[in-house]
Amino acid sequence: MGNLIKYIFRFACFILFQVFVLDKIHLHQMVTPYLYFLFILWLPFKMNRTLLMLIAAIVGFSLDSFRHHPGFHTAACVLIAYIRPFLINLLIPQEGAETNYEEPSIRSMGGLLPYIIYTSVLALLHNAWLFFLEAWQFGDAWYFFIKTILSTAISLILVIITEMIFTRKQKFRTNTI
Amino acid sequence: MRNIFLFIRRHVNLLIFLLLQGFSIYMIVHYSRYHEAAFGHISNNITGRVNNQYNRVQKYFLLKRTNDSLVKANEALYNKLKIDFELPDTVSKTVIDSIRVDSLVKYRKFTYLSAKVVSNSISTQNNFIVLSRGKKGQLHEGMGVVDPGNSVVGIITEVTDDFAVVMSLLHKDSRLSGKLLKGGETGTLNWDGKVPNIITLTNIPKSAKVARGDTIITSGFSTTFPKGMMIGTVLEVLAEKSTSNYRIKFKTSTDFYNLQYVYAIDNRDQEAVNEILDKLKQQH
Repeated sequence: MGNLIKYIFRFACFILFQVFVLDKIHLHQMVTPYLYFLFILWLPFKMNRTLLMLIAAIVGFSLDSFRHHPGFHTAACVLIAYIRPFLINLLIPQEGAETNYEEPSIRSMGGLLPYIIYTSVLALLHNAWLFFLEAWQFGDAWYFFIKTILSTAISLILVIITEMIFTRKQKFRTNTI
Repeated sequence: MRNIFLFIRRHVNLLIFLLLQGFSIYMIVHYSRYHEAAFGHISNNITGRVNNQYNRVQKYFLLKRTNDSLVKANEALYNKLKIDFELPDTVSKTVIDSIRVDSLVKYRKFTYLSAKVVSNSISTQNNFIVLSRGKKGQLHEGMGVVDPGNSVVGIITEVTDDFAVVMSLLHKDSRLSGKLLKGGETGTLNWDGKVPNIITLTNIPKSAKVARGDTIITSGFSTTFPKGMMIGTVLEVLAEKSTSNYRIKFKTSTDFYNLQYVYAIDNRDQEAVNEILDKLKQQH
């Protein structure tokens, strides 16, 4: 129950921060700062994959409602929710790390490097799929490519800042249940 | 049959993934200009309320700019007043009409309705603006929207009771027609989705004489805008190699970065004209 309230609160914070802070910043036409997808990255390890995708669809759709053209962010969020479990399996080599901790973080992933890889790959996928859907009628490959790279870099910086400001306490749970 | 169930059970995640992706792409493709999704109404009402709260705070930071634009609009209106003109002959003698009936009412075609912008985006490739005035305030779909300086902003695509959604010029499906003030050639406006405030005008024949700084206005052929509303000024003229047309890049006269107040334009003839057009379409 406490967890549910925590996640709902987190969800509202991420969406409102994205809509009313990040979307109002016009850095450059090539850069759209995105952070809200970190919500999906922070969901628990043990969550059912079907549920994960449905939650991601809800997150994407709520952002789409503020943009008044549904579909774009929903598609991107569902994609990263689908890829996430594969990536976690690849990045956590030692047995049972996902049972020791609740959700992905620098500590539970076993260091800064795996966590950076985890976030950057998913951020890249999210941005690439989103910009691809937005731009498929324009068909300018270089524009698309540079925009994806730059936006992902900004997203990563935002993720690192968020991790530094909000330290999530990760309880170590033994796997001997 | 058993194999099908086994297949579904084994690949349930992949199937749900494909289903959700298909659903999203369906929404992207089928959300056309005058189409209203079943939940559009509810979600617009909720997001509109949230945006309204945010705007109550944010508008204080833009009061100076809003004021400047209103002063400019006022200046333009003062310059049109009758007392500014002195006619050289006796016709200028003022006679007060004793019958107190507004004789212009029956000739009025366009009415301006002011509205407050509560949300505005320019960073995506499909940009919308939300106004805090809706069906209750006589707004309806298909109305043209201009800023205080009378330059084009967009067209209303969705209305709820208290809010209206405007598809701005910065939307890849927005297809308005624009006209060169000097030569009178008309073309179509397209936004390429890159720089806000820079739009392309296509279908202008190469015989037209265009130079940097020329004015582009509305053509008046559609029922949404009166003729001669300002759209922008020409920045660059490019010749298309394969056709006999120009591609003209121009800067919009609307500043999409700071929109605070806009005016929706109601055309009294709109319904009648559309009715005739629909009838024609049915015949063919």
